[in-house]
Amino acid sequence: MNLDLISTFSTSPFGTELTVASVCEQLGNAGHWENRYRTIIQLGKKIPPLKNALKTDDHLVHGCESQVWLYAELDVDKNEMLFAIDSDARIVKGLIALALAACHRQTPEHITGFDFDQYFASMNLGKHLSPSRSNGLKNIVEKIQQTAQATITL
Amino acid sequence: MLSSSKLTKLRNQFPLIKNSTAVYLDNAATTQKPQCVIDAVADFYQQTNANVHRASHALSAKATGEFEAARESVANFINARSANEIIWTRGTTEAINLVSQSYGINTLQAGDEIILTTLEHHANIVPWQLVAQQTGAKILVVDIHDDCSLNIEHYQSLLSANTKVVAISHLSNAIGVINPIKQMIADAHNVGAVVLVDGAQAVSHFDIDVEDLDCDFYAFSGHKMFGPTGIGVLYGKQALLEAMPPWQGGGEMIEKVSFSGTTFNRVPFRFEAGTPNIAGAIGLSAAIAFLAQQDRHLLQQHEDHLLNLAESELNKIEKLQVIGQTSHKAGALSFVIQGEHPSDIGTILDEQGIAVRTGHHCTMPLMERLQLNGTIRASFSIYNTEEDVLSFVNAVKKTLEFL
Repeated sequence: MNLDLISTFSTSPFGTELTVASVCEQLGNAGHWENRYRTIIQLGKKIPPLKNALKTDDHLVHGCESQVWLYAELDVDKNEMLFAIDSDARIVKGLIALALAACHRQTPEHITGFDFDQYFASMNLGKHLSPSRSNGLKNIVEKIQQTAQATITL
Repeated sequence: MLSSSKLTKLRNQFPLIKNSTAVYLDNAATTQKPQCVIDAVADFYQQTNANVHRASHALSAKATGEFEAARESVANFINARSANEIIWTRGTTEAINLVSQSYGINTLQAGDEIILTTLEHHANIVPWQLVAQQTGAKILVVDIHDDCSLNIEHYQSLLSANTKVVAISHLSNAIGVINPIKQMIADAHNVGAVVLVDGAQAVSHFDIDVEDLDCDFYAFSGHKMFGPTGIGVLYGKQALLEAMPPWQGGGEMIEKVSFSGTTFNRVPFRFEAGTPNIAGAIGLSAAIAFLAQQDRHLLQQHEDHLLNLAESELNKIEKLQVIGQTSHKAGALSFVIQGEHPSDIGTILDEQGIAVRTGHHCTMPLMERLQLNGTIRASFSIYNTEEDVLSFVNAVKKTLEFL
């Protein structure tokens, strides 16, 4: 595997430092939309950036207005999914951070069974998963669940 | 200038505008509907609903009468010579596909050339690409100047005896640039080419006179000019339409069907297979009646004023760049902000109750030409106010402080 990618996976604070419970708490306390989006943008900055060489067209998630690149691997020893996802838009990146809190270093079974709709709705961000949204969060979440499913099916 | 009392009166005719605190600046995507259009559609279903043309009963006669009167009103609206030149479609996209699949497929040959422009919407690109693949015709693209106006010298240099079709937008959806179509049509006719005008954006802003323009085809949608969705119009010169074979087959478009051979109905019915959008046509006719009651010159001045105000206020914002520096614009204003993704700006504007469109606006070749990953587009209509513009500009400023 690409060394840059390994380092991106291993330096990611998601699933350890930043979990579903902790991001929900941060957003729950944020209150007004301005603070919530500030929090979202701050969380986006915690994503280890993908090296430019990894930002290739074959890793683009389709259906996003911004560019979103997604890498996924299964750590076979631990049965944990590792994700590296990045975007050139800040809010999308923040929403990706929330998704990573729910999927990075989780088992494929956990990810495929995870209710992302309910998760984003609980943070009052449900509208970003609507099919009319051009930010593509719906496509990102589907891609995450598909890659997890693919490792189970193998 | 449109007085504030007149503007309030106008706004009050649009329930969604009247009852909303949001600032709606996505009019290039679709306009809101006045009460008279909503009533016309509801009245049709409550009082007149029947299928058209095919029944002997009185209700069908009434429905057919209203439906054909709507066709007449469209013909008058764009100054067509006859209602026979008006074909109902689902919208601009279907109208362009009809021309490309009926006229294009049957007249184009390998080596023929289709001229499009860099400013076109995908709906006026992809149907021609399909025809080019099917016939071996070639697509040539007119470039733009640095101010985003069309390069007319380039256009004229592309015209030749090989040019068979020119397909151009009247008004650019992505950046609001007005094209000099009357001159372009005359130039195309000089080399014997047929011209289709994509009028989707233009109809809500300008008076359209197809006889004066002398275009061969003019396509537009009802929903962008205060009418219902799902109804649109293809205007075509009658002689051209008469020579065109059917596109979709079904009921209504035939004269006689037999397994030994089928004969087709006359123009325009030959191109209207299946039950049409009757309520939509009647709603569009109500939108035309609504526009006929307005002083359109005054409304155009009002829209231009809003556009100019928005442009001069936005230009004061550092790092903000309006796309299309030409002053020959209408309806829409596109811009980018250095270092910011349009998607982020759109999300934060939405949180502040400002509805704009971000992205490539179905003009990916234009974005590629401008080397942009998208823009933020604010598009104005008759019911927008100076307050709308100033709220929008303030929201952009706040967005930048925020990001």
